[in-house]
Amino acid sequence: MTRVHDMGGRFGDGPVVPEPEHVKFHADWHPRALAVTLASGSLGLWNLDVSRHARECLSPKDYGRFSYYEKWISALADLLVDTGALTPEELAKGQSDGPSDLADKRLAAAAVAGVLAKGGPATRPSNVAPVYAVGDTVQVRSMPENVQVSGGHTRLPAYAAGAVGTVVRLHGTHVLPDSNAHRLGEAPEPLYAVALKARDIWAHPEHPEDEVILDLWQSYLSAP
Amino acid sequence: MPHDHSDHDHPHSLLPSDPALRVKALETILTQKGLIDPAALDEIIDTYENKIGPKNGAHVVARAWSDPAFKAALLEDADPVLAEMGYYGRQGEHMVVVENTDAVHNMVVCTLCSCYPWPLLGIPPGWYKSDAYRARAVREPRKVLADFGVTLPEEQAVRVWDSTAEVRYLVLPQRPEGTEGMDEAALMSLVTRDSMIGCGLAAAP
Repeated sequence: MTRVHDMGGRFGDGPVVPEPEHVKFHADWHPRALAVTLASGSLGLWNLDVSRHARECLSPKDYGRFSYYEKWISALADLLVDTGALTPEELAKGQSDGPSDLADKRLAAAAVAGVLAKGGPATRPSNVAPVYAVGDTVQVRSMPENVQVSGGHTRLPAYAAGAVGTVVRLHGTHVLPDSNAHRLGEAPEPLYAVALKARDIWAHPEHPEDEVILDLWQSYLSAP
Repeated sequence: MPHDHSDHDHPHSLLPSDPALRVKALETILTQKGLIDPAALDEIIDTYENKIGPKNGAHVVARAWSDPAFKAALLEDADPVLAEMGYYGRQGEHMVVVENTDAVHNMVVCTLCSCYPWPLLGIPPGWYKSDAYRARAVREPRKVLADFGVTLPEEQAVRVWDSTAEVRYLVLPQRPEGTEGMDEAALMSLVTRDSMIGCGLAAAP
């Protein structure tokens, strides 16, 4: 079983509502939420996978009712407490109990452009050799969950579980989120783009030739 | 370490329930502790409000339409090509550009969260992050396209790219007819954000 965030293929959602390109944010606090989250991330207390998992660990009730940036800001509060950067008492009071010993890690305004431009590549050297090549048939793991950590983070969506598909790209070796989200090491391994026929994953595909392509790590796959 | 909390003991529930106040409270505490600099927040916001947006992607597309050698290099290995144009950065570290043709229409989604090529398109639009798009794009892309007023010919297959890793996808839309004499700058104005996500087509001249 996966968590509430894994909604690909779900029935019952309404229309997608397009919006003009000039709309960047829908409330004054949205850009603030984005910026507080990015600036806090640069303290180095967690990695991208840890932060994704924190959002996914919101209760299904909260995940469903929170707007996008509410999820960000709520998961951020949880992460700051979990990593000891803030105390629950400080959150409850809305006031700091004193300066942090991590203040030297603070992202300075002058450093922002450089940090955003530098990014955070996920490719790493790996001693796990690719066992599949473009054109190979592969089967996706039948259980869409983290095999190391119960209820842990994974990037294997439920709709793809058990499906048989074709490797269309090898992306090189990438950090494995299932491990990295739990601070168990980056465990890099080969990452592939795998094409699944819509007719193999949906009972009522819209078109016989349509496909869904996902990026899947080698340990998510087996030879059928 | 993130872990499961029961409903009442998530630390975030200690913050005010109004999200605007919740952000304000966090910003205040973090600033008092010396963990964030409000001027850095302004800088981040300015970057994504004013500096980085779909014009970057449109520049890449217009150039690909105009220069076959550039297009071939872009489709073969986008990262060095984009880095040379200055479009490398956070949430665009590993780029793949996929080309729409008469046979294939590409669309991009992130069913698990909201992965999106920030250096080329800026921050994602609200609909891209919506439950409806994340849920429906993989199962019924043609009905989703209809929400955008797009109907594809029957002979065009849809390929939906679900961004489940740190690879980010950009759609290279088809060049509209009647644009033969147009230069790169003029072509850029036809490249919409939605066309580079695969939820729209490039505009007619």
